[in-house]
Amino acid sequence: MSGASIAPASEEELAEAVAEAARSGQPLAVEGNGTKRAMLRPVQAARTLSTRNLTGITLYKPQELILSARAGTPLPEIEAALAERGQHLIAEPPEPGPLFGASEPATLGGVVATNLSGPRRINAGAMRDHVMGIRAVTGTGEVFRSGGRVLKNVTGLDLCKLLAGSHGTLGVMTEITLKVLPAPEASATVAVRVADLAGGVRALSAGLGAPYGVSGAALLPDGGGGAPLAILRIEDFAESVSYRAGRLRDELAGLGDASVVDDAEQSRDLWRRVRDAEPLDAEPSDAVWRVSVRPTAGPAVARAVRAAGLPRLMLDWGGGLVWIAGPPTAEAHAAVAAAARAEGGAFTLFRAPDSLRAAVPVLPEEPAPLAAIGRRVKAALDPAGVLNPGRMRAGA
Amino acid sequence: MIRLPDPKPEVLARREEIVSALRRAVPGEGGVISEPLRLKPYETDGLSAYKQPPLAVALPASTEEVAAVLRVCHSMGVRVVPRGAGTSLSGGALPLEDGVVLGLMRMNRVLEVDFDDRLAVVEAGVTNLAITREVEGEGFFYAPDPSSQLACMIGGNVNMNSGGAHCLKYGVTANNLLGLKAVTIEGEVFEVGGRHLDAAGYDWLGLLTGSEGQLAVVTEVTVRILRGPEGARAMLAAFKSNEIAGQAVDAIIGSGIIPVALEFMDRPAIHACEAFAKAGYPLDAEAMLIIEVEGSVAEQDMLLGRIKDICERFDPISLKVAETAEQSLAIWKGRKGAFGAVGRISPDYLCMDGTIPTGELPHVLRRIGEMSAEYGLQVANIFHAGDGNLHPLIMFDANDPASFRKAEDFGADILKLCVEVGGCLTGEHGVGVEKRDLMNVQFTAGELGLQRAVKAAFDPGWLLNPAKVFPLEGNAALVSAPAAAPSRSAAA
Ligand SMILES: Cc1cc2nc3c(=O)[nH]c(=O)nc-3n(C[C@H](O)[C@H](O)[C@H](O)COP(=O)(O)OP(=O)(O)OC[C@H]3O[C@@H](n4cnc5c(N)ncnc54)[C@H](O)[C@@H]3O)c2cc1C
Repeated sequence: MSGASIAPASEEELAEAVAEAARSGQPLAVEGNGTKRAMLRPVQAARTLSTRNLTGITLYKPQELILSARAGTPLPEIEAALAERGQHLIAEPPEPGPLFGASEPATLGGVVATNLSGPRRINAGAMRDHVMGIRAVTGTGEVFRSGGRVLKNVTGLDLCKLLAGSHGTLGVMTEITLKVLPAPEASATVAVRVADLAGGVRALSAGLGAPYGVSGAALLPDGGGGAPLAILRIEDFAESVSYRAGRLRDELAGLGDASVVDDAEQSRDLWRRVRDAEPLDAEPSDAVWRVSVRPTAGPAVARAVRAAGLPRLMLDWGGGLVWIAGPPTAEAHAAVAAAARAEGGAFTLFRAPDSLRAAVPVLPEEPAPLAAIGRRVKAALDPAGVLNPGRMRAGA
Repeated sequence: MIRLPDPKPEVLARREEIVSALRRAVPGEGGVISEPLRLKPYETDGLSAYKQPPLAVALPASTEEVAAVLRVCHSMGVRVVPRGAGTSLSGGALPLEDGVVLGLMRMNRVLEVDFDDRLAVVEAGVTNLAITREVEGEGFFYAPDPSSQLACMIGGNVNMNSGGAHCLKYGVTANNLLGLKAVTIEGEVFEVGGRHLDAAGYDWLGLLTGSEGQLAVVTEVTVRILRGPEGARAMLAAFKSNEIAGQAVDAIIGSGIIPVALEFMDRPAIHACEAFAKAGYPLDAEAMLIIEVEGSVAEQDMLLGRIKDICERFDPISLKVAETAEQSLAIWKGRKGAFGAVGRISPDYLCMDGTIPTGELPHVLRRIGEMSAEYGLQVANIFHAGDGNLHPLIMFDANDPASFRKAEDFGADILKLCVEVGGCLTGEHGVGVEKRDLMNVQFTAGELGLQRAVKAAFDPGWLLNPAKVFPLEGNAALVSAPAAAPSRSAAA
């Protein structure tokens, strides 16, 4: 998408640009800083509309656990403002810059539009769960709001949920209000060396089924010496963390060689690496997939894709999120899709060369009734089809 | 007085035919109710001021039967009101004269419990509490805990996106779901989500949650179940003014502590609850907080100690930290009985449900106090202080129509105030019929138009639970003339 790029300086200008696109029937590739441009399918548009100039935090009330920012605000700016008041982004969104070879930081709008969540997803919810309100522009250039700036709100249909995860195909978000939380005072990791992936997921399930509020549960296929390593995170006040990590280690000791990593710095770095899928060790030429299944099905997915010649993978979310890297071929993609389908889960082609992304369904098919409803929803919000055409599905 | 859509004469005229078709869709004993006397239990819900017997009630026992009922209704142009336990406080399940009530209560089986994957698959008619009962033997629970949890059903919870006293920590219904099986108005069965955390594609699960029966009929729900904490304990803190109690709440959250529950009661609520439950609440206080924390005994001590220290900075009238589980229960007893308590003072009350930015609490309570004097109606306020969800209980006399109308106007004024200070019309009870005509206060015509378009994408003929959520004006599928027609209103 190397054509013209528009980066309006206000919501009003952005709305006008979209309205103009709808009038002229000239589609737009919608993005923030474009860090995830290589996600899903290549957009069929000659022009790019970026929110990168819509920046800044517009409201921050730490006591009310509420922060609003314009969609193009870089995540690090938001994280820094939160850190100053001892708070953080609950869903711990990944910074996939390294995976996509992007040098700029992700924007808030991009992270919400792709509904990307990190390890804390397992006990604190997804990015979309903490979107309390949005301002957005429809495909005809109409500005609308959904939700608000309070933590509990069931007034009307929740269009925030519809837009979060819609990859810019239903509207361009211009401002987002998030629920935020106090950042934990301390963090520690319990590491369990296990014989195989199934044993690792057993350890994760045992940890998540224990009363200690585990806030991260990942499985590294090679935790050193070729043996998988199950890691479980505890975050809370310092006294709680040392107590709970100790109890958890004792409870998991029967499932493998268990130890506590209580160096806070080391623990934090480990989870940042998991968040950004670094242990996946994806090669620059690899395609990358994310598969979401029920946690105990993670090892079966791993087995299936390994048998198909995809050796690089890692598991998060208690085993239920499988990151996979391998050759960017249609055969590899078919193997990942089949593995996800066999376990009743979902797959996303997260990164791939244009040739592959354009040729395969990057997301699972929707059941017919939903597909029809989806077309009507798209027609309601973007009747001219100018927002990110082709991004999620061919011809849509 | 709330207007209902014009009944369709052609539907009323074909009543017998429709009932026969429904009986074919749900064969067997107890599948369809059409005798006027037996329709009575379905004529209202938790907003009992409004009553309207339906055309008929269908009680399917399976997803296939639900689909069959919907196919009948769709093909004959009959409106459908889905219903769980009928505890909606916003009139969400209020029937229509020409509509079929589709009750899910016979679909009450727990289909699967999976502790390793921490989920349960249940039918829509399973009660909220029944899920926790099913899994508590293993130390697990289903987190959202509306006060109505003994009666209300998971399908209703999903459609109202219900919350509970512990949602400050564990989130509302939307945050605790993995998947749904549902049926379109055309009778087509579909599934969204599954047993995994993140489905790919549009977030249909999120959109359907809280959709108040506008989009589809939910027949099965896959919920997350969580391992319970080692223990929990409550404390009570009473203060000299609403302002001071509000400052204490800010200070607790500002210190980085998020209690599992943080409930606020004003003076009238304290008095009502104390008279009812004899919980030992301080009657000289203007405002009272119930604060609950979780963890091991040592962790509870640590957190309660910190919270107590914070409260002490705000010149409390009394501070009582429970030492035992029994003392915790005693502290909760008054709050949990709040509805019954207010019901004893005044048999009739409206339970309002707005949300405000928490910092606005003192201002909003002051204004509510002034309005209470202006309207000449008593009000007690219960507040989920951590998340800003306010429940004013407005007391009135149902035998006096003027008193009821005043109570409704008072309630509407409170909700407008909530929107004015940056909040919203409803935090957990839904719009239903009750707040439908206030939607214009919160949303522009354009915004409502978009929501209507999404509704119509699922239900182009406006057959699913019409008359709820969206103002009727200008909706040609529902009303012909713009003027209010009292004869078409539900009786109050
Ligand atoms: C004493 C009392 C206390 C309460 N406390 C709380 C509380 O603490 N928190 C809270 O959030 N709410 C509370 N409520 C409100 C109410 O209990 C909730 O809204 C509850 O979720 C409704 O469930 P239900 O099964 O009774 O649904 P119903 O009242 O039968 O229906 C609710 C709505 O959902 C629709 N619906 C129901 N089932 C389906 C289905 N399967 N598919 C599609 N649509 C469906 C109906 O059409 C209606 O619009 C309380 C109510 C009472 C009476």
